Amino acid sequence: MMYLFNFFLAPFQDFAFMRHALVACLALALGCGPVGVLLVLKRMSLVGDALSHAVLPGVAIGFLASGLSLYAMTLGGIVAGLAVALVAGAVARFTLLKEDASFAAVYLMSLALGVLIVSLRGSNIDLIHILFGTILAVDDADLVLVASISSITLVTLSLIYRPLVVECFDPGYLRSVGGWGTVMHFIFLVLVVLNLVAGFRALGTLMAVGLMMVPAASARFWAREVWSMALVAVFIAMLSGYAGLILSFHVNLPSGPAIILTAGLCYIFSVMLGVHGSIYSRRKPGLHLGG
Amino acid sequence: MLIAARILTLVLTLFMAAGGTAAGAEKKVKVVASFSILGDMVKNVGGDRVEVTTLVGPNGDAHVYEPTPADAKAVSAADLVIVNGLGMEGWMDRLIKTAGYKGPEVVATKGIKPREMAAEEAGEHEHGAKHEHKIDPHAWQNLANGQSYVDNIAKGLSSVDPAGAATYKANASAYKAQLAALNQWVKKEFSVIPKQKRRMITSHDAFGYLGAAYGVIILSPMGVSTESEPSAGGVAKLIEQIRKEKITAVFIENVSDPRLGEQISKESGVKLGGELYSDALSKPEESAPTYIDMFKNNVPKMVEAMRKGL
Repeated sequence: MMYLFNFFLAPFQDFAFMRHALVACLALALGCGPVGVLLVLKRMSLVGDALSHAVLPGVAIGFLASGLSLYAMTLGGIVAGLAVALVAGAVARFTLLKEDASFAAVYLMSLALGVLIVSLRGSNIDLIHILFGTILAVDDADLVLVASISSITLVTLSLIYRPLVVECFDPGYLRSVGGWGTVMHFIFLVLVVLNLVAGFRALGTLMAVGLMMVPAASARFWAREVWSMALVAVFIAMLSGYAGLILSFHVNLPSGPAIILTAGLCYIFSVMLGVHGSIYSRRKPGLHLGG
Repeated sequence: MLIAARILTLVLTLFMAAGGTAAGAEKKVKVVASFSILGDMVKNVGGDRVEVTTLVGPNGDAHVYEPTPADAKAVSAADLVIVNGLGMEGWMDRLIKTAGYKGPEVVATKGIKPREMAAEEAGEHEHGAKHEHKIDPHAWQNLANGQSYVDNIAKGLSSVDPAGAATYKANASAYKAQLAALNQWVKKEFSVIPKQKRRMITSHDAFGYLGAAYGVIILSPMGVSTESEPSAGGVAKLIEQIRKEKITAVFIENVSDPRLGEQISKESGVKLGGELYSDALSKPEESAPTYIDMFKNNVPKMVEAMRKGL
């Protein structure tokens, strides 16, 4: 009993930075879970990746304007991410180009601009490294930011849930009854950017997208409705956050990759043994037909 | 058209001729130094006879630098290239090749006994085998080594500019005398602190040579490279160590994530000791624009923080 306590709970009791990291993971999971599920359903799973690169010029400008102020750089990242998301989304909506192509074009432009701005500055401090450090370094301000973004995400999603889901499966319908579909879509893109920036502050650029997409992709195998899928995604994300931190603590692994790889294990498990459409369920069709 | 072309040729010829004579009148030795600390040393030894280009400027990180075309241009035009060596500038060999530089290269750490980045104390939790036998390039943090740097630089300059050999020798010995005096001062500063209390923590392990030279035990949550990500277990171990052994000197360094140091200091109840310069000099208006100023900035801050634990 004592051993189990020491292994699973004591790290969080003894160290504030572990508690910070855990709370950051849980809060992130709440926002990223549903957003990730909607991205998966909208077939926009790679947009998160694109946006994670797109924030660079904003971060760089924030850095130029006020040095290493984390707030300025975060704000810059949000603005740049939003600009890219909105421009790319608009191109996809109002021209013949599809979402993936327009995102690819715009985020690459944004990334190049970011690299340009960073190198004009001359100093070679790695901006992204400083801004998007490690989850072990999450401080109170970061926690407030992450929690606020999660709250905003959940409230907004609950307000626009129905039209958003309709828009997700039948984009033509809302367009035919008025322009609401486009508005919903843009609101959703704003949420994606906010959650990514929250994730960057906690996990680093590459890993943040992982906590959003890997649990969402796994959840597809366990649930049919959007809401239950989102619940499963949140659960997997929380579990990965906790288990990843415990791993990082006891086995001395870098924390970001430990968390995402735990989520990756959940994904592999889901692909093999999930209830809906996994390898296992497809090989035994009788189970479903019987039920 | 034809006339225009002729005028252009004429103008170009004139320019080249002018350039040639101007360079002949007072030809400075063009030296490229890989990073700011070396650049400062070369300026001290070379004086007016040399023109120094520093590739990685103030506050830059020479471990992960990406050279620019301007750097390649500077290297290809150089008479002498000076590097730190010991694996510090991994990008340098490629740059020299790209630039087509065929001239001499001075390795400033030549003759210095390298220190291994052993898996010591807090460093232990780093990715183990990978870092265990890595050589520590930050040799300039020991002022005795700094004096060998100066010798190597003076020798290199004399070999490409024999006419200035006497000047270089005089400059070098004057500068070395300053460094020797500084070395005594540093030892005196640290001597105030009893040996077992001379412990400090920085977020980047660049002070290994300083620790070895002046009897300071250096603990660090991260390894020798600024790129590696820390693990939760490692950070926890470090915090426990601060709590248990009552270390009062905790420093954030100028090339790594400041948030992590703050977390650790908050958790262990120790005040941060201020900014130390280790891998790069600061800009002229900040507190460590030269090699000597770097020690004058760092050492009193370290000593003051350690004094709190007495």
